[in-house]
Amino acid sequence: MPLIKEIDYGTRKINSKKMVTLKIDGFDVCVPEGTSVMRAAMEAGIQIPKLCSTDTVDAFGSCRLCLVEIEGKKGTPASCTTHVEEGMQVHTQSDQLKGLRRGVMELYISDHPLDCLTCAANGDCELQDMAGAVGLRDVRYGYDGTNHVNQRGASDELNARWAPKDESNPYFTYDPSKCIVCSLCVRACEEVQGTFALTIEGRGFDSRVAASMSEDFFESECVSCGACVEVCPTATLQEKSVIEIGTPEHSVVTTCAYCGVGCAFKAEMRGAELVRMVPYKDGKANHGHSCVKGRFSYGYAAHKDRILNPMVRENVEDPWREVSWDEALSFAANRLQGLQKTYGKESIGVITSSRCTNEETYLVQKLARAVFHNNNTDTCARVCHSPTGYGLRETLGTSAGTQDFDSIEHADVVLVIGANPTDAHPVFASFLKRRMREGAKMIVVDPRRIDLVKSPYVEATHHLALRPGTNVAVVTAMAHVIVSEGLFDETYIRERCDWDEFQDYVEFVSDPKQSPEAVEALTGVLAEQLRSAARLYACGGNAAIYYGLGVTEHSQGSTAVIGLANLAMLTGNIGKQGVGVNPLRGQNNVQGACDMGSFPHQLPGYRHVKFAEVREPYEKLWGVAISDEPGLRIPNMLDAAVEGSFKGIYIQGEDILQSDPDTKHVAAGLAGMECVIVHDLFLNETANYAHVFLPGSTFLEKDGTFTNAERRISPVRKVMMPRSGYADWEVTQLLANVMGADWNYTHPSQIMAEIAATTPSFANVTYELIDKLGSVQWPCTDAAPEGTPVLHVDGIVRGKGRFIRTDYVATDEKSGPRFPLLLTTGRILTQYNVGAQTRRTDNVAWHEEDVLEIHPHDAELRGIKDGDWVKLASRSGETSLRADVTDRVSTGVVYTTFHHPDTHTNVVTTEYSDWATNCPEYKVTAVQVSLSNGPTKWQEHYQKQSARSRRIEAAE
Amino acid sequence: MALQSQDIEKETTAIVDRHEHREGSLLPILLDVQMQFGYIPEVALRHIAERLNITRADVHGTVSFYHDFRSQPGGRHVLKVCRAEACQSMGGEKLAEDVQTALGINWDETTSDGKVTLLPVFCLGLCSCAPAAMLDGKLHGRLDKANILALIEEMK
Repeated sequence: MPLIKEIDYGTRKINSKKMVTLKIDGFDVCVPEGTSVMRAAMEAGIQIPKLCSTDTVDAFGSCRLCLVEIEGKKGTPASCTTHVEEGMQVHTQSDQLKGLRRGVMELYISDHPLDCLTCAANGDCELQDMAGAVGLRDVRYGYDGTNHVNQRGASDELNARWAPKDESNPYFTYDPSKCIVCSLCVRACEEVQGTFALTIEGRGFDSRVAASMSEDFFESECVSCGACVEVCPTATLQEKSVIEIGTPEHSVVTTCAYCGVGCAFKAEMRGAELVRMVPYKDGKANHGHSCVKGRFSYGYAAHKDRILNPMVRENVEDPWREVSWDEALSFAANRLQGLQKTYGKESIGVITSSRCTNEETYLVQKLARAVFHNNNTDTCARVCHSPTGYGLRETLGTSAGTQDFDSIEHADVVLVIGANPTDAHPVFASFLKRRMREGAKMIVVDPRRIDLVKSPYVEATHHLALRPGTNVAVVTAMAHVIVSEGLFDETYIRERCDWDEFQDYVEFVSDPKQSPEAVEALTGVLAEQLRSAARLYACGGNAAIYYGLGVTEHSQGSTAVIGLANLAMLTGNIGKQGVGVNPLRGQNNVQGACDMGSFPHQLPGYRHVKFAEVREPYEKLWGVAISDEPGLRIPNMLDAAVEGSFKGIYIQGEDILQSDPDTKHVAAGLAGMECVIVHDLFLNETANYAHVFLPGSTFLEKDGTFTNAERRISPVRKVMMPRSGYADWEVTQLLANVMGADWNYTHPSQIMAEIAATTPSFANVTYELIDKLGSVQWPCTDAAPEGTPVLHVDGIVRGKGRFIRTDYVATDEKSGPRFPLLLTTGRILTQYNVGAQTRRTDNVAWHEEDVLEIHPHDAELRGIKDGDWVKLASRSGETSLRADVTDRVSTGVVYTTFHHPDTHTNVVTTEYSDWATNCPEYKVTAVQVSLSNGPTKWQEHYQKQSARSRRIEAAE
Repeated sequence: MALQSQDIEKETTAIVDRHEHREGSLLPILLDVQMQFGYIPEVALRHIAERLNITRADVHGTVSFYHDFRSQPGGRHVLKVCRAEACQSMGGEKLAEDVQTALGINWDETTSDGKVTLLPVFCLGLCSCAPAAMLDGKLHGRLDKANILALIEEMK
C-alpha cells in the first residue's frame, strides 16, 4: 500500500479524433491533435522538467523550464504551450537545454529559502525535484541580493519585500517567502474552482500571489476548496496538517462521506494517522476537485466528543452507563424482543442511514424484515428525496437522476430549481460554473438570490424568484408556454411517450388557468419573464434540469418532480448527453439507502413488497416470510409512538430530533418509546431520548460502497481500525445474531454479493468490478456490464414516458395576520446538515451559528437591525437567533439554516408533508419575526434537558 | 475635505455606467476613476468589482500591475521623469537628481504642500528627444537643469 502518485501529464487531455505522430527523443508517439509536446512526451514516459504547469489547468508557459529543441524550428520553445505536429522531431535533452534549465533554476533558487530540511514540503516539493532534475549544483548569483526570503537584510534593516506567513485559514497556510510566482494557484482558483479569489499583484520582481485585495485568506473571497494548495509546487500553500504531522507514507482511494456528489479522495496516511485528504484525479464524479468539507473537514473523526464505548440506561432520565458490547447488545435485544412479545411484532422498527454504506443499510433493512419480521424500515430520504423516487418512477420508470455529472459539459441551458449547488454541492457547482463561463445559459427558480443567480463571472439569464410553495404553479406555467406556443418536440413524444396521456396532459396544461399571466399574482413571478424562461428552456439547445430539496420538501413535492419530468419529456430533453432531470442528492449515500430497500413498501431495487415474485428470492434466502403490507414510515412510527402502539426503534446514523420537522412532535414520539437505540458517532440530539447507545464508525474505519447522485457506486475503504472496535455493519450483524439470526458476513463484499444476487439493477456489481473500473453506475447488468452513465438512451425505461397532470394545490400552510412571513430553510457551504460532523471541525470559524436572513423592508417594519436577536415563531413553536438583514431574500420571505442544535430551526417547521410520500414541508412555514433579547424559554429548557441527558456515569 | 465613500460610489457608478457596455471595460473605468479622484480609492475598487461582476482579486491584480494607478491621493501636479536607457545616456540620471533636490522629495513622494508628485517612469517613447519627462500628461523633451527647473517653477 504505497503512496499513490498520480501521473501529472503537464497539460490538459485533448479529445480530438485526429491523431498525430511525432518523434520524441527518437521514439514514435501518437497523440490526439492539439496535445502539447509536454503531454506527448509524458505519455511516452519522458518527463520534461516543469514548474508552472499541471494537467488540470491551461498551459501558461511562464517557468521556462520545459524548453525543448524541435528540428527545423528556431530557438527552444516551451513544450507546454507548443502543440504537436505530424512528423515533428523533438529533443528533450541537449547541452544547450541543460544550460538553459540550470540558468533558470539558479534564478529561482536565488530568491527561495534554503530550509529544505525543515520545510513542510520536504520530499513533496516540485521545486526541490526540479533542482535535482536539472542538476543544479551551485547558484552563481548568491543569496544576498534583493529577495523575498529574509525578514531583515544584511545590516538588520527590514526587508520591504518580505511578507509574513498568512495563517488565517484554519486548514492551510500561505507563506509568500516560498512563492515562485508560477500562478498555478491563481489558475486553479479560476479554472478548476471558478472562484477567482486569487491574483498576482504587482509586476516583475514585485509580483506576488494575493488573495482578493491583498486580504488575508480568511477574509478574502476564498472558499477554501483546496485547489490552490493541491497545485502549489512548493510549501507556499501548505496544509496545516502536513506542517503538524509530516508527509504521508501510504494512501488509499476512498469516497467522501459528505454530499451526494461523492468525490473520490486519496486518504493519505502516516501509519494510522490521517495526514490529509487529497482529491483523486481519476475520480469520475470529481475529476480531482474538492470542496472545503471533503478536503479538510474530517477532524470530527478524531474529535473528543466521539463516544467509543457502548452505553445503556434504564430510563432516559438516568445518566448513561458504559458497558461491554455484549451487555449493550443483550440489553437492546432483550428489550426489543420483550416489546414485540407485549405489543406485537409491528411495535418496533428501524431507520437506516444515508450516511452509512450500502452494505450497512442493506443489513439494517434486513434486520427489520428478517429478524423483526416486519416492514417497519424507513430512511432519512423520507425527509429529502422521497418525492424524487416517486415522481421519477411514475413518469420515467427509474427512481434516480438520469445523467452522470459529466453530462453538464454538453448542456446549453441549465434549469436549477430549489437547489443551491455552490453551497450544498460545491464540486458540481464548479463544473456548472465552468459550463456557464463557456456560454451555457442559466435559469434559476428559487425564492432566494443564490450565488448562481449572480456571482463573479456567472449570471443567470432568468431568476424566477417565486413565492415559497408555488413550484408546481411555475413549472406547470412553463409547460403551458411550451405547449401553447408549440415549442414541444412532437417527434420525440410520439416515439418515446404515451401519446394518449400526452393528449390528456395537453388538454390540462393548455387551460388558460395554467398560463403565466393567470398564476402571476400567486407565484410572484412576472408572466413575461416566465414566458422567456420557458422559451429558453425549450429552444436553447440541450436543456438540463438540476433540482434539490427546494422542489421535494413541499406538500406538493412529488407533483413538482412530475412537473419537471413532464418539461423534459415535452422538449425531448431525456436520453442523451447534456439534458435530463437530475436530483442533487443531499447526502453521500441517500441514493444508495433508497436503492437498498430502506423504504417500508419496497425491497432493494425499488420493488414493491406486495408482489410475491419480489419477496420470493428474499424469503428463500433469509428463510422467513415477508409481509406483503408496507410497514410504517418515520412520521407514522412517531404518530404510533405518541398513540402508544410503537415502542422501540433502532436508528443508525440519523439525528431525527434535529433533522425532522416539528421537533416537539418528534420528541414526544421518542419519549413514548421504551427502547430507543441510537447507533452514531456522537451523542446526538436524538440520543437524549435513547436507552442504548452503540458507538458508530466513520467512513475512514470501514469497507463498503456509497452511491452518489449519478447512481455511481464508489468504494469506501478502511484506512484505520474502527475506534469503537466494530464497523457499523458488524454491529448490526451482532445485534441480529443476539436476536436469534445467524448471519456470518466476514466482509462487506459478501453483503454486496447478496445484493447483486437478489437485485436485478445491481446484478453484475462486484467489488472486483468496482476495483477495476474505480466506480460503476447502476443499472449494471448483462446488458450494461460496465454500468449506465445516462438513462433512457434507447427509450424511456418504463416503456413509454408518462405525462401526468400537475394540478397546483396550495399548501395549507398559509401566511396570514399572525404569521405574515414565509420561512424557507437551506444550507451553507461550510456546514453540513445537522452539523454533527462539521460543527466538530474548524469550519465553525466560518459559521458559528444559524442566522435568519430577512429583507431590509421586513426588518425595518419590525425595527430589526443587522445582528439583532430575533424571535422566529410559527404555530408549531418558536426559537431565537440573530438577524442578517439582506436583499438576498425577497420581501415576505425569511431564510435560515438548520446546522446548529442551539437554534433548533425545526421547532418551527410544521407537520405538513408531501401528499404522496410524506416528505415534510420544510421549505414553507408561515412565521412571524420579532425583536427578542436572547434564546427562548424552550431553547433554555431544551439545553438544560440536553445537558442532563448526556451525563455519563463515572466508571467505578 | 476627504471624499465621503458615498460620493466616491456615486461618481464611480456614473463612470461604470459610461463604460460598462465596452469589451474590456475595466481599464477605461480605472483611468476615469483616477482622473476623477486623482487616485483610485479602495471603495471604488470594491464597487467596480461588484458592478462588472468580477472579483476583488481581479480588480486588484489589474490595478497593482500598472504603476500609473495610485492608491493614495497624489499632488495637484504629477511629474514623471524618464529613467530608461536612452535618457540615462543623455544625462537623465543627473537631471533626476536635480529635480529631486529642487522639489526636496524622493521618487514616489509628494511635496509637503501637496503640489507636486514625482514619479519615475521607464520610457516615454521620446528617446529621440532624451532626456524626457511628462508633466500632467504633457511631454517635454531635450530637458536640462534650467528648463526642468523652469517647469517646476511654473507649477509653483
